[in-house]
Amino acid sequence: MQAIAFYLLAFATIAAGLLVVSAKNPVHSVLFLITAFFSAAGLFVLLGAEFLAMLLIVVYVGAVAVLFLFVVMMLDVDFTALRQGFAQYLPIGGIVAGFLTLEMIFVAATVASHGAAGKNATPMASAPGIPNTEMIGRVLYTDYIFFFQLAGLVLLVAMIGAIVLTLRHKPGVKRQDIGKQIARTPKTGMEIVQIKPGEGISE
Amino acid sequence: MIGLSHYLVVAAILFTIGVFGIFVNRKNIIVILMSIELILLAVNINLVAFSVYLHDVTGQIFAMFVLTVAAAEAAVGLAILVTFFRNRGDIAVDDASVMKG
Repeated sequence: MQAIAFYLLAFATIAAGLLVVSAKNPVHSVLFLITAFFSAAGLFVLLGAEFLAMLLIVVYVGAVAVLFLFVVMMLDVDFTALRQGFAQYLPIGGIVAGFLTLEMIFVAATVASHGAAGKNATPMASAPGIPNTEMIGRVLYTDYIFFFQLAGLVLLVAMIGAIVLTLRHKPGVKRQDIGKQIARTPKTGMEIVQIKPGEGISE
Repeated sequence: MIGLSHYLVVAAILFTIGVFGIFVNRKNIIVILMSIELILLAVNINLVAFSVYLHDVTGQIFAMFVLTVAAAEAAVGLAILVTFFRNRGDIAVDDASVMKG
């Protein structure tokens, strides 16, 4: 049963990944990316890492993929022109990718059979009797608290950076300046003019 | 029986797909960014698989940090892309040589 679920999810992840890089329309690419993340979250659930699976869905599908979708749909670009060279690089890319996969699979097989992880055949995502989320919280907020805060800082810097990069002030748009408003006094706001009768005022 | 090697192989294939995607979509920076996300996803699968089979939760915490950095990278990358599109009216990577001294 677990094997069927694994093979289904692994196949879905890899197929969706392949379609991400080969889809003609970038909107389809983003949708396949979402599929890949969902299937990978399923793999995490199979491993027992439920917290990370939910995090993957919330962060990637809920934020990153939607961000991609926004940008792809917002930019008015001729995507067919960007695909030229696809067939040209396909053979050499395929060869490099094939070799890379074979090498990494050999390494993975060796590590899994002789490495330290190979001896612990039973998968266990947390200590016995403790839920996965609680286990992560116990370690994250004690041993890795500084890294946790640093991650928050990274997100803050990314947020400010993205705002600074994309914000632009249009010239000629009237904006409210509250400091200026409050600083106004009767002296700066109005002028008293003495008018002689019958002459009127000229600027 | 599904073991550690199965997950490592899935991660290896996904990683290679990401590298392959950068290779073949050299002009389309959006697909390049998505390929980088695939690569980081493969790294996360590796980290979580090792964490589970070594009975050490640290790998999952590192996967969380990788997730954080990936989200930040996507946000800044897309912001740069939007700015570049505004300035040039196109997103072809080949034209991105305006900063050449």
